[in-house]
Amino acid sequence: MDTPKGYKFSKTDEWVKVDGNSAKIGISDFAQGQLSDIVYIEFNKETGESIDKGQVLATVESVKAAADVNSPISGKVIEVNEGLSETPELLNEDPYENGWLFKVELNNLSDLDELFDTKGYDEFCESRH
Amino acid sequence: MFIPHTDKERQEMLKTIGKDSIKDLFTDIPQSKRFPTLDLPDGISEMEARKQMSILADANNSCDEMINFLGAGAYYHYVPAAVDLLIQRGDFFTAYTPYQPEISQGTLQAIFEFQSLIANLTGMEVSNASHYDGATAAAETCISAYHHFRKKRGNIILSPFIHPHYLETIRTYLQSISEIEIRIPDISNPIDFKDAIRKLVDNKTALVMAQYPDFLGNIINYSSVSSFAHENGALFATIVYPIALGILKPPADMNADFVVGEGQSLGLPLNFGGPYLGFFTTRKELIRKTSGRIVGETVDEDGKRGYVLTLTAREQHIRRGKATSNICTNQGLNALAVTIYLSLLGKHGLKEVAYQCYQKAHYIASQIDKIKGFKVLNKQPFFNEFVIQCPSDAKEIQNNLLEKGIIAGYNLESDYPSKKNQLLIAATEQNTREDIDYTVNSLREVTNG
Amino acid sequence: MAESTVYELSSEGRLGIKFPTLDVPETELPINFLRDEVPLPELSELDVIRHFTNLSRLNYSIDGGFYPLGSCTMKYNPRINEVTARFQRFTCTHPFQPAETVQGNFAVMYLLQEWLKEITGFDAASLQPAAGAHGEFTGGLIIRAYHKSRNDDQRTKILIPDSAHGTNPATSSMSGFGIVNIPTDNRGNIDLRALDAACDKSTAGLMLTNPNTLGLFEENVLEIIDIVHKAGGLVYGDGANLNALLGIVKPGELGFDIMHLNLHKTFSTPHGGGGPGSGPIVVANYLADFLPEPIVGVIEEGNDEIPPLYGFVYPKNSIGRMKSFHGHFGIIVRALTYLLMQGKDGLREISDHAVLNANYLMSLLKNHYTLPFNRTCMHEFVLEGIWEDVHGVHALDIAKRLMDYGFHPPTNYFPLNVKEALMIEPTETENKQTLDLFADAMLAIANEAHETPDLLTSAPHNTPFKRFNEVKAAKDLIVCCSIPGKN
Repeated sequence: MDTPKGYKFSKTDEWVKVDGNSAKIGISDFAQGQLSDIVYIEFNKETGESIDKGQVLATVESVKAAADVNSPISGKVIEVNEGLSETPELLNEDPYENGWLFKVELNNLSDLDELFDTKGYDEFCESRH
Repeated sequence: MFIPHTDKERQEMLKTIGKDSIKDLFTDIPQSKRFPTLDLPDGISEMEARKQMSILADANNSCDEMINFLGAGAYYHYVPAAVDLLIQRGDFFTAYTPYQPEISQGTLQAIFEFQSLIANLTGMEVSNASHYDGATAAAETCISAYHHFRKKRGNIILSPFIHPHYLETIRTYLQSISEIEIRIPDISNPIDFKDAIRKLVDNKTALVMAQYPDFLGNIINYSSVSSFAHENGALFATIVYPIALGILKPPADMNADFVVGEGQSLGLPLNFGGPYLGFFTTRKELIRKTSGRIVGETVDEDGKRGYVLTLTAREQHIRRGKATSNICTNQGLNALAVTIYLSLLGKHGLKEVAYQCYQKAHYIASQIDKIKGFKVLNKQPFFNEFVIQCPSDAKEIQNNLLEKGIIAGYNLESDYPSKKNQLLIAATEQNTREDIDYTVNSLREVTNG
Repeated sequence: MAESTVYELSSEGRLGIKFPTLDVPETELPINFLRDEVPLPELSELDVIRHFTNLSRLNYSIDGGFYPLGSCTMKYNPRINEVTARFQRFTCTHPFQPAETVQGNFAVMYLLQEWLKEITGFDAASLQPAAGAHGEFTGGLIIRAYHKSRNDDQRTKILIPDSAHGTNPATSSMSGFGIVNIPTDNRGNIDLRALDAACDKSTAGLMLTNPNTLGLFEENVLEIIDIVHKAGGLVYGDGANLNALLGIVKPGELGFDIMHLNLHKTFSTPHGGGGPGSGPIVVANYLADFLPEPIVGVIEEGNDEIPPLYGFVYPKNSIGRMKSFHGHFGIIVRALTYLLMQGKDGLREISDHAVLNANYLMSLLKNHYTLPFNRTCMHEFVLEGIWEDVHGVHALDIAKRLMDYGFHPPTNYFPLNVKEALMIEPTETENKQTLDLFADAMLAIANEAHETPDLLTSAPHNTPFKRFNEVKAAKDLIVCCSIPGKN
């Protein structure tokens, strides 16, 4: 799938999509492809908890791997997409929309500056093959 | 002698490789260290090796030649002939870990059945494929509890009447985790654990663990311990003697979160302490925090039901540094032996063995209690193990009985210094009335009681 | 057809074994503690024999065929081991029996300790660890205790090569260390410069497998060990690959400080479908005091007439006990039986032929599969399970197709630093004909990959079962039998 515009990406394949004061966090299409069929998501943060950049927010588990989701930004958790636990395959099928993991309140906008934009991330992924 | 190569074959192979001699394959080894002398005897034939091992074995006296009342975590039960003969099938014992399920369904289905039998026996929802032994299973329980709370709760409360080796193993396993504090209440009556924990459990407690029956044989209802732990957000685990579950209420009824224990009594010989088997069961929602292999049911491309290793992403070969444990094996063939034992005994057989263990133990206990100077100390009901107070030096009594061909239980003083001259006596279905009566008379004789 | 489970075969009222009639007067049971029913199946003895016999027939095993799993050392499991391990005077001894009644057992353990020390060139040994990973954990704790005893609090990291087995980093975490990855160079050795750069006051030690998981002997092993020692760290040897070194070199003489061994690999004890194994640990004398307790020692020296008196000895600064009781005695008996038969010359022959077999097989395959490191290998070697000119075929598919040819596949996807790795270890007990047949199969598969790749991607075809749905297994998580009539 095409990498959507308006999203920011970390080197460890997480994305952030800002929407006003809040943002959603998820994993990229590249990441879900590396993991293949995802069977379980373990959320490590609850609503109301504060998060630091780089902290492990969740662990995504597939048949052959388990990967940590590291926070690309710092802030506070507003909502957790708990429903994903029932349908983890959504992370594979729709990683950028319905496969979002956390909705957070940002507390440091400059965190975004260190992330890739869409074009930068695509180039980064190319260089890894 | 298991090397099949002929001279001709060696030459052909070297020619293909392009080397003159086998020695030339080792040029990467630093020359000064290459081909050291081994100060070891020459090799011998199978016949001679068998003889030498036989001479070593004959320097032992075994439980089948004596009358045995030793328990303390390893029990001399009867192992049916079918168990040992089935596990000697080469397809079972020379197979590897079932990483290729298409050609390992024998092993995989046997483990799946093992998990089912153990889960049903303990009353818990899920079982893994086993740990090394009861002690390491207990240690892994502590680690699982610690990770369940994401390292935010570090207090672990243990009953002092858990098997001493298990307590030591837990300490060893947890020694490098500075956030963990092990608390063991200083009580002399096992039943006091129920009250003692009230002062020890707090909101930093990850786990409370006790043994059922405990090391001194006592059967205690830990429901109130379980409730109190849960009220404070902690988990509760029991270590259990599986034969006892043939007649006793399973710890699941006490709302245990983990039930673990030693599986040796389920069809494994004493073997001087190993290899044994640690079984590990828990609730379904905790399964991902646990270590060890798990086999799950699925179907193949043709729709045929079969089994595979599952949840492997938790394990060391994938998680590597982030795995909660480094465990790689389960006790494979031993788990198979346990599966066969439980299948053979079944519902009625296990109940019968448990019943006989209970009855034999209570018979000998009541007879010993009648000897002048001896007293059975257990204040709680017991299953097949109990503590007696001896009227004189227990070591000497044990030595005297040994000369009569009797192993008179386990001396408690080394583990509990205040328990002077107290012996832990265990009985199983293999102790005959004749042997019990002879033992009681011998005790009477050596103490002039 | 799928085999039924023991619950599905159960029939109410069936009994598999009868016990003697109770011969003692009965005491009342504790009413408050009784359970209703034990939910176990009911089968006859023949039901049980038939069921497990049929299950065994679904297994591949060393007895049945070639098993070239890298780093597992799937050598023949001698039958005599099974005989000696079953002597009643071994199997019927209780771990707490008085020492004078089990001198034979102590002698067995003491002898094995001595043999292992001599073979590896170390000063002290413990047979307590239950498996390789358990031995590794023991090693990690000893390293920790060693630095602590010297009040060296800064030693917080273990260096691990990127080719290492997963247990190595897992063990390091369990022992309380952080991990530093050391890359491999293009000759398949540890990158010396990277190692040197990583060594500092925070280095507790290096975990080194030698030969490494690429099957290659570290060409700079002496320098590697020197670098770590100079930085104040210890060098831990993962002994999984010892089958290449018996009588060839003693790791202790190379400078290793501590090592674990796998009796179920190098020393021929059975794999049992996943255990039980045994992972003894051997150490240099300055680490002997930290060994797990207890170990077997001589309590009283013997003489020409009387054998020594053996017993348990408790090391002064022991890290503690790693498990209950003394170790996997049943496995120890098997290993000692094997060693007695080998003797010093037999040991050398094992490694000679293990390495001969691996190099021979590698020669047959290297023109048809990519060999990432073109060096003389030790007892195993690694190939890449892909071809540049073939798309959509991976090591997994090669592995599955090999089963159609009647072979167990080699280890795949490990080590991590080789693309689509196939790790092949033939062992010394395989004959030339078997190796030739295996090479023929691998060549045929290489051709198939180019001409008819579907045969690989849809393999296996000729096995009792086809590829399994692993995603379904992880999602449904059915880990217990359903009980007919319940659920």
